[in-house]
Amino acid sequence: MKQEFKIISDLIEKNTRVLDVGCGDGILMEYLKYNKEIDIRGIEISKDNVQKCLSKGLTVIEGDAEKDLLQFPDGSFDFVILSQTLQAFLNPEIVINELLRVGKKAIVTIPNFGFWKVRLHLLIKGTMPITKNLPDEWYNTPNLHMCTIKDFYNFCEDRKIKLDKSLALHNEKISSINKFNLNGKNLSAELGIFLIEN
Amino acid sequence: MNKNVNIKNIIIDKPLKLDCGQIINNYSLAYETYGSLNEKKDNAILIFHALTGDQFVSGINPITKKEGWWSYAVGPGKAIDTDKYFVICANVIGGCMGSYGPSEINPDTNKKYGITFPVITINDMVNAQFNLLNFFNIDKLFAVMGGSMGGMQTLQFVNNFPNKAKVAIPIACTASHSAQNIAFNELGRQSIMADVNWENGDYSNQNKNPNKGLSVARMAAHITYLSKNGLQEKFGRKLQERDNLKFGFDADFQIESYLRYQGSVFVDRFDANSYLYITRAMDYFDLIKEHHGNLSKAFEKTKTKFLIISFTSDWLYPTSENKEIVIALNAIGAEVGFVEIESDKGHDSFLLKVPKFLNTLGDYIKTAYSKN
Repeated sequence: MKQEFKIISDLIEKNTRVLDVGCGDGILMEYLKYNKEIDIRGIEISKDNVQKCLSKGLTVIEGDAEKDLLQFPDGSFDFVILSQTLQAFLNPEIVINELLRVGKKAIVTIPNFGFWKVRLHLLIKGTMPITKNLPDEWYNTPNLHMCTIKDFYNFCEDRKIKLDKSLALHNEKISSINKFNLNGKNLSAELGIFLIEN
Repeated sequence: MNKNVNIKNIIIDKPLKLDCGQIINNYSLAYETYGSLNEKKDNAILIFHALTGDQFVSGINPITKKEGWWSYAVGPGKAIDTDKYFVICANVIGGCMGSYGPSEINPDTNKKYGITFPVITINDMVNAQFNLLNFFNIDKLFAVMGGSMGGMQTLQFVNNFPNKAKVAIPIACTASHSAQNIAFNELGRQSIMADVNWENGDYSNQNKNPNKGLSVARMAAHITYLSKNGLQEKFGRKLQERDNLKFGFDADFQIESYLRYQGSVFVDRFDANSYLYITRAMDYFDLIKEHHGNLSKAFEKTKTKFLIISFTSDWLYPTSENKEIVIALNAIGAEVGFVEIESDKGHDSFLLKVPKFLNTLGDYIKTAYSKN
């Protein structure tokens, strides 16, 4: 999703140190490297993806974000990115805490399980939703902890995590999320993008 | 060993103070090069060899007449492309392929050094090889790399000379030799020293050779270079040129025959005392202790870019030990990439045809060089 990349890129300041957690084959890292003067690193669990990243000259380490973020000192990155990966962790809460420890700020994007098509799918068909952003079946999905934009928003509010920016993305259109339009955005957006800090 | 045949060497007159306190000068460093140094002198790669390696990385080794030890990785069009890069490799001091080592003649006594040779360290090896930069008039290497003991030298090189290499690739190694590593090395040394022909290290002056001891050392070590699955798959319980067990101690099993063969060919190309000295140097290697428990300090001053590679089935220098280096580098924000390559070939994976390893290595080097 190119629009997501552009938004992430706009949230990041120049000449900063950035860590992409769960960087996959490095597509976002390449985009950011090309568009922004930043020092970017990645961590990725799949060997194949790590090999692809290293082959492209990206500085990536193989590792599990749930365990291996520990090696990075507090505040060692200006921005830590978690793009559409939060739902795949065994313990998303620990990961969020780690992101906010390692990074001065974190950018978290989540596929919105509250999106109306997802809700409709479950309501009408009665089976686990399959959409563009959620293409897998219930039995083979890597997604363990799906959440909605509203869930994540409330999560941050409850834990006094500062929401510097909350953006909703639908059909490549961006809009801001606030507590007054939260229910509406939770229905209309496919993706939520949050800039958070402790 | 057929020395002085096709062996290039430089005599280093700059004195070197060894870790043991002894100062050496006018010592020989045997080397080989592949490819050519470009005008900008920015394409040089210094490769460090492992315990039983030598300077003949690629092509046909003129002494053994066999393929160079890293022929899968180094050569024209290979991961380390000698059409593009200038590859230098030297025999470590303590070795037996023309560099200053225990099988060389001591000019003071006109006899071979034997065990009067000083105990050397990985640090000494690296300091000796640093003279190659001066010799080739290279200010900064594009890369330093090596597997196993070659990886240890790579780490030591960056520690000693933080701004002399753009890229460092330590492979299947450790920052500190473990008790298990030391134990296996001690087994090999004891085997050599238990051979009556070792003669307290003076065998070559008496025209003897502790071949049995050295070959057993090699056999034991060889097992540690492979994985259980790899061995099982290749040999299983297959019998050696026989249909039934013979109820004796001949090599009934193929694995026995294979190990005996490995031992027997090794003694033709390697010096027993060198084996003692080099394994000792590995055992003494502890970059963590050198920095009082904080490995990060070894790399604080460097801008060198690291790529660290380990292998799933390597139990001699396991991923956990390679990862310690990654962690130390990340702790200080150094630029480090890391991948564990899937392979059932054990520690030897770095020397063998493991396509995922060779491709990743080759692509990484290519992109790192293009950003020069």
